[in-house]
Amino acid sequence: MALKITSLGRAEGLSERAVLRVTRTPLSDVASRRDHVLVIEQGVPDHGLDLSGYGAILVKDGPGAPVAAGHALPVIRLPDVAHLEAGHIVAVSPRSGFVRTVFRPESPHNTLFATGRCNSNCLMCSQPPKDEDDSYLVAENLRIIELIDRPPEALGITGGEPTLLGDGLVGVLSVLREKLPQTYVHMLTNGRRYRDSGFVRKLANVGHPAFVSGIPLYADVATVHDYIVQAEGAFDETVEGLYNAAEAGLAVEIRVVLHKQSVPRLVPLVEYIYRNFPFVTHVALMGLEHMGYVKKNWDTLWVDPVAYVAELTAAVRYLHQRRVNVSIYNLQLCLLPQELWGLAKKSISDFKNVYLPECEQCAVRSHCCGLFLSQMNRHSAHIRAM
Amino acid sequence: MRLDSATVLMTNDVGDHLILPRGEFDALVAHTLDTRSDRYHDLRAKNFVADDYGSVHARVLASRYRTKKAFLDGFAKLHIFVATLRCDHSCPYCQVSRQSEDRLKYDMTPEMARKGVDLMLRVPAPAVTCEFQGGEALLNFPLVQETIEYAVEQNQTMGKRIDFVVCTNLSTLSDEHLAYFARRNVKVSTSLDGPAFLHDRNRPFTKGSSHAVVERNIRRAQEALGLSQVSALMTATRESLKHPQAIVDEYLRLNLGSIFLRSLSPYGFAVKTQKSIGYTADEFLAFYKAALSHIIAVNRGGRTFSEAYASIILQKILTPFPVGYVDLQSPAGAGFGAVVYNYDGEVYASDEARMLAEMNDTSFRLGSLLENSYEEIFFGQRMQEIAAASCNEALAGCSDCAFQPYCGADPVFHYATQADMFGNRASSDFCRKNMGIMRHLFGLLGSGDSEIQEIFAAWISESSLTEARLPPAPWL
Repeated sequence: MALKITSLGRAEGLSERAVLRVTRTPLSDVASRRDHVLVIEQGVPDHGLDLSGYGAILVKDGPGAPVAAGHALPVIRLPDVAHLEAGHIVAVSPRSGFVRTVFRPESPHNTLFATGRCNSNCLMCSQPPKDEDDSYLVAENLRIIELIDRPPEALGITGGEPTLLGDGLVGVLSVLREKLPQTYVHMLTNGRRYRDSGFVRKLANVGHPAFVSGIPLYADVATVHDYIVQAEGAFDETVEGLYNAAEAGLAVEIRVVLHKQSVPRLVPLVEYIYRNFPFVTHVALMGLEHMGYVKKNWDTLWVDPVAYVAELTAAVRYLHQRRVNVSIYNLQLCLLPQELWGLAKKSISDFKNVYLPECEQCAVRSHCCGLFLSQMNRHSAHIRAM
Repeated sequence: MRLDSATVLMTNDVGDHLILPRGEFDALVAHTLDTRSDRYHDLRAKNFVADDYGSVHARVLASRYRTKKAFLDGFAKLHIFVATLRCDHSCPYCQVSRQSEDRLKYDMTPEMARKGVDLMLRVPAPAVTCEFQGGEALLNFPLVQETIEYAVEQNQTMGKRIDFVVCTNLSTLSDEHLAYFARRNVKVSTSLDGPAFLHDRNRPFTKGSSHAVVERNIRRAQEALGLSQVSALMTATRESLKHPQAIVDEYLRLNLGSIFLRSLSPYGFAVKTQKSIGYTADEFLAFYKAALSHIIAVNRGGRTFSEAYASIILQKILTPFPVGYVDLQSPAGAGFGAVVYNYDGEVYASDEARMLAEMNDTSFRLGSLLENSYEEIFFGQRMQEIAAASCNEALAGCSDCAFQPYCGADPVFHYATQADMFGNRASSDFCRKNMGIMRHLFGLLGSGDSEIQEIFAAWISESSLTEARLPPAPWL
């Protein structure tokens, strides 16, 4: 089963979105309570427990639920609170009572969600863009960073398109550099805004010691790439962006999602990447996630990975032979020739990672990326135990 | 360029290449190629065609061109010091050496060497190579040592990376030499022409078998300095052409990582001996192909062993990067990439230029260490004239050759062989040899043999065949 990171309940006494760190034991330091949500799973806390000053109280709902009466504190009631561990950071929506875990210190897959907006509209977008004002997310992300007390090894920034935040993004990156200088920051961006070399220089001038932009390029030909991202001129902007980033000293990696539209140009594409952007730090070749627009565009996109193993092998060999770091993401070991296993990564974020029943018998399961939760029923016909 | 009756090779100024069937090439020329076809996409992505869609071509081409010509950044990086002209060998193909024991006449003085170091450190490049040649450089080891010490000391405030190389026949190699080379990280480059019967025939030595000495001392140097610090190159005589396999096998036997298959240079004594040891460019090409074929077979057998000249050309074809090899560059390496400080304090544009000077032709003399300034030497009238003949993009016969992006200009060679720095490609051996080798390499690249791709990939990245293969999963 995939990890639980969201829960829907009821919130009382909350006037606006709140971002709080979870504690399961009462805090003696009253001053730090305002940053915390105290989770009370069992028992009646009223007896002799001082609840003053907490950002909120979160209780397990249901018969015999504890009641935090007599305190002017927001109270959130959730049907299940077991997944909320001390040190987790949660965002709570006041009206819906939706509680999302936005940071788990033990996870290597934490990401800041920068915005839901995007300037592309990719055929295979797993997180279709929403054209609504979500500028509050900048402040929320700054709050999350402020609450992180155990610096993670890595932190992602994703969206939507994070660069649409403009100076807001520069601000977030500056705070990351200040508060979490040891944390590797990986941002997923289409790189189109990097066409603005002034903006790129602002990001570079932050001087973050370990900041990488993961930029997608789906073909070596503008028409094909622009069709895939459903945006005319996107290829040119991204190419200019890659050069601007390199000139400003920003590290970039290139990400290619493999599907029916991108596979035919895969080998020429990796040659194009090496010849024109030999400065990239990494190339990731990625299997398709059955999410968002992919469901709608399934027939336009889906090709069983076993059908493109020859192209994938040639592309990986070419990059490796040219000393370009290359990885395979999201493709199960049973679909790949053994030659490629050394570069296939466990790439699927823990909270949406699953295995099929047939995987139980597999000898290499512990080294396999498994599947996206969304793929449970739409995956290669060739998944089998090795 | 037609590679054969069925295929055409296309190249462009930034070094992209595409091998395509004749029919598709004809369709492109006739404007009938389907713009939705994969071939059209290939041509577009490799900068052979541009159309109304998109505007980023210029940015890509600018970046590629700047990258390809990046060897010009920092100016001349190879500084050759002729420590002495004296030598204990009397090779018939030798370009320059003297048997004389007259130290005063044929040794470089420390004062000259220091001037040379000063020039070397003034070049803007952050990394330079300081190479010692002869004659036999180790016959004047004190100068080699003094020069290196002076360079290291002066460089303390400059902070350049200096690679030191001593070209030597190893005949007088001592423990003292080795200890010093190890201390200062000096690389050793020697001459090995093949097995004893061939090497000793090519390289007569006053004190017995040259081969026995060089074999023993290659092993000593490898032991003391490490395998990668010791390299060798061969010069092919007419006799050598009969033994491509045996020559390669000798390099393998001595555990050398690569071989440089070199033809005779038309300079120095080699001109006089041309009749007895010389051959045509076509004869050399046949030898080269036979040796290369054997080398590829060795690699197929699992042993990483490269041919240096092929590696240089393949790097130019298969990577976007330039190669710092002065004999195959445009603008030519003479003066732009390399400079030679001769034993007598004269400064020449290349190693070949000083060999011409030994034949009393000082056409490529840039100045004097003791008399001229940096500006006078590197930007003087002589250098301007050489520069004018140094770009193959603008040479008749080169400018419309498909191999031009991977080839070079060699004004010194053409002056020596054709009495004209610009040269006539129709009768140029430089052209015939390089075109022959490139045509052969493109033939191998176009053969679709994935093992050859892997072997060449290892050569151009100077790594092992194992490294060129995909890494096994660590948990397997």
